[in-house]
Amino acid sequence: MAITMIVNGKEQSLDVEPDMPLLWALRETLGLTGTKFGCGISACGACTVHLNGRAVRSCTLPISAANGQHVTTIEGLAQDGALHTVQQAWVAHQVPQCGYCQSGVIMAVAGLLAQIPNPTDDEIDAGLTNICRCGTFARMRAAIHEAAESRPAKAKGTAS
Amino acid sequence: MKKWTRRTFIGAGTVAGGGFLLGVAGFTFAPNRYSLVSADAAEKGQLTTWITVTPDNIVTILIPHCEMGQGTPTALAMMAAEELEADWPLVRVQEAPALDAYANGYIVRAAGGNYVPAVLGRGVDYGAYKLAEWFGFQVTGGSTAVRSTGEYGMRVAGAAAKSMLLAAAANQWRVNVAECVAKGSRVTHAASGRSATFGELARAAATQPVPTSPALKSADRFTIRRTSPTRLDIPSKVDGSATYAIDFTTPGMLYAALEMAPVHGGKLVSVDATPAEAMPGVKKVVKLEEAVAVVADSFWRARRALAALKPEFSDAGHGDVSTASIFAAFDQALGAPPEVPKNAAKVVTADYRAPFLAHATMSPMVCTAKVEGDRAQVWTGVQDPLNARSVAAKAIGIPAENVQVTNFLLGGGFGRGLPFNFDYVDLGARVAKAMSPFPVKTIWTRENDIQHDYYRGAALSRHAGALDANGKPLAAHSNYTGGGNGEAVFMPYAIAAKNAKEKKAPHAIRLGQWRSVLNSQHGFFKESFIDEMAHAAGQDPFEFRRGLLGDQPRFKAALEKAAAMSNWGTPLPPGEGRGIAICESFGTIAAEVVHVAVSPEGRLKVLNIYAAVDCGDVVNMDSATAQVEGGITFALSAALLSEINISQGRVVEKNFRDYPMIHIADVPTITTAFLRSDAPLGGLGEPGVPPLAPALVNAIHAATGIRVRQLPIRNTSLKKA
Repeated sequence: MAITMIVNGKEQSLDVEPDMPLLWALRETLGLTGTKFGCGISACGACTVHLNGRAVRSCTLPISAANGQHVTTIEGLAQDGALHTVQQAWVAHQVPQCGYCQSGVIMAVAGLLAQIPNPTDDEIDAGLTNICRCGTFARMRAAIHEAAESRPAKAKGTAS
Repeated sequence: MKKWTRRTFIGAGTVAGGGFLLGVAGFTFAPNRYSLVSADAAEKGQLTTWITVTPDNIVTILIPHCEMGQGTPTALAMMAAEELEADWPLVRVQEAPALDAYANGYIVRAAGGNYVPAVLGRGVDYGAYKLAEWFGFQVTGGSTAVRSTGEYGMRVAGAAAKSMLLAAAANQWRVNVAECVAKGSRVTHAASGRSATFGELARAAATQPVPTSPALKSADRFTIRRTSPTRLDIPSKVDGSATYAIDFTTPGMLYAALEMAPVHGGKLVSVDATPAEAMPGVKKVVKLEEAVAVVADSFWRARRALAALKPEFSDAGHGDVSTASIFAAFDQALGAPPEVPKNAAKVVTADYRAPFLAHATMSPMVCTAKVEGDRAQVWTGVQDPLNARSVAAKAIGIPAENVQVTNFLLGGGFGRGLPFNFDYVDLGARVAKAMSPFPVKTIWTRENDIQHDYYRGAALSRHAGALDANGKPLAAHSNYTGGGNGEAVFMPYAIAAKNAKEKKAPHAIRLGQWRSVLNSQHGFFKESFIDEMAHAAGQDPFEFRRGLLGDQPRFKAALEKAAAMSNWGTPLPPGEGRGIAICESFGTIAAEVVHVAVSPEGRLKVLNIYAAVDCGDVVNMDSATAQVEGGITFALSAALLSEINISQGRVVEKNFRDYPMIHIADVPTITTAFLRSDAPLGGLGEPGVPPLAPALVNAIHAATGIRVRQLPIRNTSLKKA
């Protein structure tokens, strides 16, 4: 089946089965390997991307659901060569350790901030359920608050 | 205490374009370390360091350790740059396999003529693999990188290079070398006003005699160490460009999905390949001794086709093994509690139980291999590329020198990627052999990973202690199953009789090293028990411990620091409590205080964690802090939630739904302080782990009066009776 998506602002046509998860199409067909495979059951969030600006877990999302839609991956989060505020805060707080989960975490946080520009700790707790095995959560929280504060007052959603 | 021995050899040479290259082979030998360091390691050694200075005044440092999130390359480069007096922004780090550019045409001269690392056919071979015959393992584990490679390699190399640059400058300017000063990647001679960059001096420096034991800087002159430069790997980890084994691709590559015998040791009895072979994209069903693999043109297709198969496996005679049967055998092996003095006023006994645990690194296991005739290439992520190479060679049936291994960033290590845990390399190599000459990437699913790990061992520990009428401890003994060693069972407390004895109760479950190894169980056992002794003595758990640490000033200082950080002793609301624990592991002492709240319904919330850590000295303050935070969080997840269970010989848990992990909501503020001591550098990747579980259960006891003696904590109701 021919699937057409706008991935990181660029139109892509793929000839794949409609039930192939978006994750594998991004990684293996389009070569966008920043999005990671962690569990295959939407439990860990390593595969998080944006579908029309909203964070989704791509390992269980059939690619047919992305047909005709806008998909943003970690590779497309920076705009005009400038890192997204979440990415900047991640560097400032030296959040990543092994880094494997962080693409998904950063996409989830960017999605969260698009919905709730200045989240409370409780909103962060409810809105971020990604798994990180290195244990970078304490730094993530500090970085999320910094990213929230550094965003323009009328923060708009992440590019899609 | 552990005794470390070391020897160092230095060699120097030139690189194309007038650069200067200096290598140091040093090795360390820790007699009591677990089996990662082989008994003859002192004869084999381990190449540790390679520094180049190029005419563009860039200092490049080769790092012979893998990056799995611990910041080792940055810390090691800091140690070399400190001694070299390099300007930090002009320092670069390279991992061994990227050294092809240097592969040919330089000469290494041996210091003293007794050592020539003539292994440099290709840089790639030099850096990671061809050293096997001479140097044994090239492992990243045991929290050793900074304290061995850094101390005995990087520092010596940096100091030697500086000394040769100074000599070159003095020679060129015909001045006394003692009047020349190296600073900021530049040598200056103040009297004559002359100055040259390291890059300008590199060619001449390479021809200077190599010092055999260059002087190292004293700590009070450090300008790079003890600071927090940003980690060099972080930018690539926020934009998706960091490359892990799972991200590697090569033309014509196929993908494999695996199903292994569910009972370890079982064999593939039969499988009808037909249903899979008929499915789109499938190239072949590969039958291996203990597994079946489907190879297809995409991983998803391979996995889908694998699900259509119904392979039958044997159970190696372990089909009746269960968690219950293993613990019953533990219980039987332990027998009666250890004997305590008859004159005791009070006797305390307790059993503690720790479960099997999986590593569950974020990246599942991945190995890509390509076999062509009697040669092979392997692309994977391991904590020891040398050993992985041997495993791949054996699996394919070709000589080790015919295998080239490329190592990638690890998506978590925690011990899963250590030597003797390379089943994923073994299986990946065999699948690729069956598909020769096509390259095949074998990706493990999370289910493969959780069900086929080398588990942290389950253990049962039986304790008996005795107190006199004044609450002074007379004895604290334990018998334990599941393994132990001198470091893990060591109690620093001044108690006249304290014996820990292992009782054997072997079982069929495959075991490996898990972050902090045996300290992860024994920290929980011994620091829970000393807390119970304190309560039996009617004393504050912190004061009780402190009173027994008179002979252990480093322990005492760390304990006092953690207590002070947590405002120990100040009143808390009902339902809240603090717990404390202290453990030494890998040469580092870590004291932790956990502050919890438990609701009347038994809902646990961890509010604060404080850690006071004495690792001698700290190289990179921020990444050292991150390692402690990470160790604590890793341990918190395990203590709260994690257990691997066995039923009918196989692992019950499959994925993150039934082997859950904590989320950001479960992690409190973690405050870390480092105490500086004159002790040798200790490790940092692991020592944050052992005190966390006991500090947490001790805090729960303080909050509720409920004593949790088995992990994970979620198996014990914290609801007030």
